[in-house]
Amino acid sequence: MIPSWQPSCSLELIHLRAKLLHEIRSFFYAQNVLEVETPILCQAVGTDPYLEFFSTSQLPDNQDSLYLQTSPEFAMKRLLAANTGSIYQITKAFRKSESGRYHNPEFSMLEWYRLDFNLQQLMDDVELLFSHILPAKFFSEKAQRICYVDVFHQYTGLNALQFERRKYQTAAVRLGFPEAEEVCGDNHTTWLDFLFSHIVQQHLGIAGICMVYEYPACLPSLARLNLENPLVTERVEVFIQGIELGNGYYELTDMQQQKKRFDQEIKLRQKIGAEKVSADERFLAALHSGLPDCSGIAIGLDRILMIISETDKIDDVLAFPIKNA
Amino acid sequence: MASYSTNEFKGGMKLMLDGDPCSIIENEIVKPGKGQAFNRVKLRNLKNGRVLEKTFKSGESLEAADVVELDMQYLYNDGEFYHFMHPESFDQYQADETAVAEAKKWLKDQAMCILTLWNNAPISVTPPNFVELEISETDPGLKGDTSGGGGKPATLETGAVVRVPLFVQIGEIVKVDTRTGEYVSRAKA
Repeated sequence: MIPSWQPSCSLELIHLRAKLLHEIRSFFYAQNVLEVETPILCQAVGTDPYLEFFSTSQLPDNQDSLYLQTSPEFAMKRLLAANTGSIYQITKAFRKSESGRYHNPEFSMLEWYRLDFNLQQLMDDVELLFSHILPAKFFSEKAQRICYVDVFHQYTGLNALQFERRKYQTAAVRLGFPEAEEVCGDNHTTWLDFLFSHIVQQHLGIAGICMVYEYPACLPSLARLNLENPLVTERVEVFIQGIELGNGYYELTDMQQQKKRFDQEIKLRQKIGAEKVSADERFLAALHSGLPDCSGIAIGLDRILMIISETDKIDDVLAFPIKNA
Repeated sequence: MASYSTNEFKGGMKLMLDGDPCSIIENEIVKPGKGQAFNRVKLRNLKNGRVLEKTFKSGESLEAADVVELDMQYLYNDGEFYHFMHPESFDQYQADETAVAEAKKWLKDQAMCILTLWNNAPISVTPPNFVELEISETDPGLKGDTSGGGGKPATLETGAVVRVPLFVQIGEIVKVDTRTGEYVSRAKA
């Protein structure tokens, strides 16, 4: 049998992707944001408890394994610490076991950092970029900015910052998810992930862009804590039509705090049986030397293409998704 | 019994859920940002045919269900059980009323159908998509009417009632789609 060799997406999508990349590059060029490249194959990898990575084996001379990056974040921050000024990158990122309608284990990511931007300024920047790359219909209404606690309360009736298992359980049952109790148990973070992804997310960005900010501090991130309310972080997520498109932070620059979060995440990985990793010492050294005040965000470009082309699965925008890569 | 991790879930996979065998219809990954991943799974309960949706934590495992679907020949009904035979091994199986359910109105002796076995016992019967059955009762049609417009009820030899065109008569054999219960055509002699 001849294996199927043809692209999974249409030729039109291949052209749309080229156009999108061109528009992104023009946008950042005009804004004086420098395009950079960092390695895909790295000596260290993120400690995020729920990101699974690919690693190499059978290297010559007993070298340590290398990791396919789950995000270019650490390397880009090392560049920022070396005084590059604002930078962006279009690259591939890899996440094992993420395969489905909205996921391919290898995906295209746009990541950028803006010096001296706070989270609100970063959101302005996202809106501006999106106005260059997305169809006009997404701008008929003003982009929505809503804090996590408010949007969570709006759709679940619950307080995201105060975990009361019985209240959470009652709400889940009322909203049609009786299994949540068994899945989440007494883990506040898992409850938030469950309720947000199953109940809240589908309502976000129906008419245009929706940005949710100030995530509860218990959700893992590299964002700094809010100065006025340390229960929330300076983190933003971007949604259109219920699809999560990006994740950004007013970046944590405190090396000690970052080290502590790595240690917590490494412990959590151990607890949930995730593969063992060590903290990225080069990244920590760069933080120690001094990361300039900045905000940064990563946007999934394949999903942006899904939105532009109105397709409903990621395979429709990829030339060769994992199953025929 | 083997078990399957959510990472292996795919359409058609047979799993045990709350003591009943189920078949996966759809499996969707739900992953909030960098958070915990879940699998939202749509399943069909193979005993009662009901469709349900349920979320699992990704990485969780479920027991596999020992379910097979086999082509079988329908033999006869002894008043309590329906008897089927595997055409090659000649193994015989008896299915109760619950397992046969709606399929019984299409089952004619010797007809082939699909038997779903759970732990080697029949839990459901799927008739062929098309069956050809003789009309045992229907009102005489109007002479000369070949349009079939309107139609009339006809009782088939197995007891099923379908709407047929007016020109179709008792004793004729008709082809019926068992999925919709609709008349397709007169069977070619």
